[in-house]
Amino acid sequence: MKKHILILLSVLLIIPASTAIAAGDAPKLEQQRWNFEGPFGTFDRAAQQRGLKVYREVCAACHSLKRIAFRNLEDIGYDESQVKAIAAEYTVTDGPDEEGDMFERPARPSDRFPSPFANDNQAKAANNNAMPPDLSLITKARPHGHDYLYGLMTGYKEAPEGTDLLEGQYYNKVMPGHIIAMAPPLSDDQITYEDETPQTVEQYSKDVVEFLAWAAEPELEERKRMGVKVLIFLLVFAGIMYGIKKKIWADVH
Amino acid sequence: MGSSERTPFENPVVEWVDSRLPVFTMMQKEYGVFPTPRNFNYLWNFGAIAMFMLVTMIVTGIVLAMHYTANTELSFDSVERIMRDVNGGWLLRYIHMNGASFFFIAVYIHIFRGMYYGSFKKPRELLWMLGVVIFLLMMATAFIGYVLPWGQMSFWGATVITNLFSAIPLVGDSIVTLLWGGFSVDNPTLTRFFALHYLLPFVIFAVVFLHVWALHVTGSNNPLGLEPKTKKDTLPFHPYYTMKDSFGLVVFIIIYALFIFFMPNALGHPDNYIPANPLVTPAHIVPEWYYLPFYAMLRAITFDIGIPFTDIVIISAKLGGVIAMFGSILLWFVLPWLDTHPIRSARFRPLFRPLLLLLLVDFIFLGYVGSQSADATLLGLPLSAFGLLATGYYFAFFLVILPWLSKNEKGRALPASIHEAVLAKNKKAG
Repeated sequence: MKKHILILLSVLLIIPASTAIAAGDAPKLEQQRWNFEGPFGTFDRAAQQRGLKVYREVCAACHSLKRIAFRNLEDIGYDESQVKAIAAEYTVTDGPDEEGDMFERPARPSDRFPSPFANDNQAKAANNNAMPPDLSLITKARPHGHDYLYGLMTGYKEAPEGTDLLEGQYYNKVMPGHIIAMAPPLSDDQITYEDETPQTVEQYSKDVVEFLAWAAEPELEERKRMGVKVLIFLLVFAGIMYGIKKKIWADVH
Repeated sequence: MGSSERTPFENPVVEWVDSRLPVFTMMQKEYGVFPTPRNFNYLWNFGAIAMFMLVTMIVTGIVLAMHYTANTELSFDSVERIMRDVNGGWLLRYIHMNGASFFFIAVYIHIFRGMYYGSFKKPRELLWMLGVVIFLLMMATAFIGYVLPWGQMSFWGATVITNLFSAIPLVGDSIVTLLWGGFSVDNPTLTRFFALHYLLPFVIFAVVFLHVWALHVTGSNNPLGLEPKTKKDTLPFHPYYTMKDSFGLVVFIIIYALFIFFMPNALGHPDNYIPANPLVTPAHIVPEWYYLPFYAMLRAITFDIGIPFTDIVIISAKLGGVIAMFGSILLWFVLPWLDTHPIRSARFRPLFRPLLLLLLVDFIFLGYVGSQSADATLLGLPLSAFGLLATGYYFAFFLVILPWLSKNEKGRALPASIHEAVLAKNKKAG
């Protein structure tokens, strides 16, 4: 009897998790190994910094990253002066000043990444009427976001026969519906890395995913570290509680 | 709770308070020496666990409300600010977000336990019905809570679900306008949903108080479904069940913590990390997992019900779906009068037990159907056909099987008392 109930309980707990994931019928994604996955996973700082470079030199031409402030870059291994230097390379509009005029100034660490377009309509007008989404949350906003993003970056192919592409459309094997308005953004040797890291589309894609995964979940490392401690505490606590419970109940059974 | 007989306390401060307001006497009576059947299994933990989840939701919710802004232009950003810039904000939000799911897990198990062991039967009908009220309030609270972050699924979920009310004849459209505060889901909808999301948990708390009050009048049911007859059948609530509940609670929290810290978004939908956009409809609009079985029943009715061989429609497909969805829960209100079999516990009912377990499987299967798109297939057949079949079994169980079993099912022999059954079991176990 008890066994039956335990089985029922576990079914009740497992089913919701699997059904929540089951929704959606996007094309199959190749699973990549990400070192930030798993209970002890952490980000690779060097990969994140390379990913930032990819974002700044390629993605940022069309995609905003408006939830990330320059000061947040300290998370990915830059020190205060480096963050200041990166921020200073950008210009932001501030104001109004005492005369009531808006003015431009170099960005400070407290500023967020400036967006490439003034508003959504301008972004659409410049991109064949397709809206380049903000990338701050992109890996959380797509099913299996990390693998999806990697698949999208590396998934450009010749359209199979029978698929007609209009002007400004491209074929991508992981895009739902396979038709995407973004031109293939990466090519080998497009971005110069300062170290020996291979300058391939695959490597660029991995790095930019590492960076954007952090942008979407900046709390990931702290969360997992805290989680391990919390679980150790709870397991010990549960053990003690079980012992006390047994002792109290000993005279009853 | 009046000024009935009281034993004085030794501690002078406690005694001073208690002689003026006997809270210590009440706690002692209701949670100290309260006679509780000695044979509870771990399924009896889920009432206490649900209570813990309610308090967790209220506490985290109040702090989240200090940082949240209810405005269509600002809501999504304010939630992201909580996640990124508020100290411990991500933890609060993940506790609250996953807390909704785990509150429902606890309550679903609690409800099923009530059905399995016949806890709804005389004299606990009102206790059970108050529980159904709590469940309905939870459904409403969780639904409007999911709207608050103003993501894509928030917006489109709100649009789909509020639109259901328009199926109600005569007053439907007015109800929808009232819910929306206008003519579409928009800022007035969000602000009233936020106000209600803050109010309803306290209403739930009040009904939980009544639920517990009613429980302490009738006393708890137990796995044998026998009323305690002598002192040998019961144990004082403290320390026996305070300890057993605490242990069960910690085990539950371990699983809850696994989700909070290691897969906080596994039970949510990625689309809700896209800000709401009334111009872009998501490919699949799916409610949160805990609504899926009911959502499947809503979608199972795809045909008008009318007078045969004429064009007269009495119940449109939409209204039929809405009746099925709400009816499936409203049926629980009358469960004590649908199942009038004298034996409470499924252990002693050879037919009721497998049929109820089948209902559980049926319910989980409905959840699966609800999670799939409307044109999905299973074994080459449209999934909606299976959905209709499963909905059919759900209603047949309550409306046909239970009344029939009440009259015709032969139960197994019941033990003479709880005490005797426990002794016999211990002897067998050695």
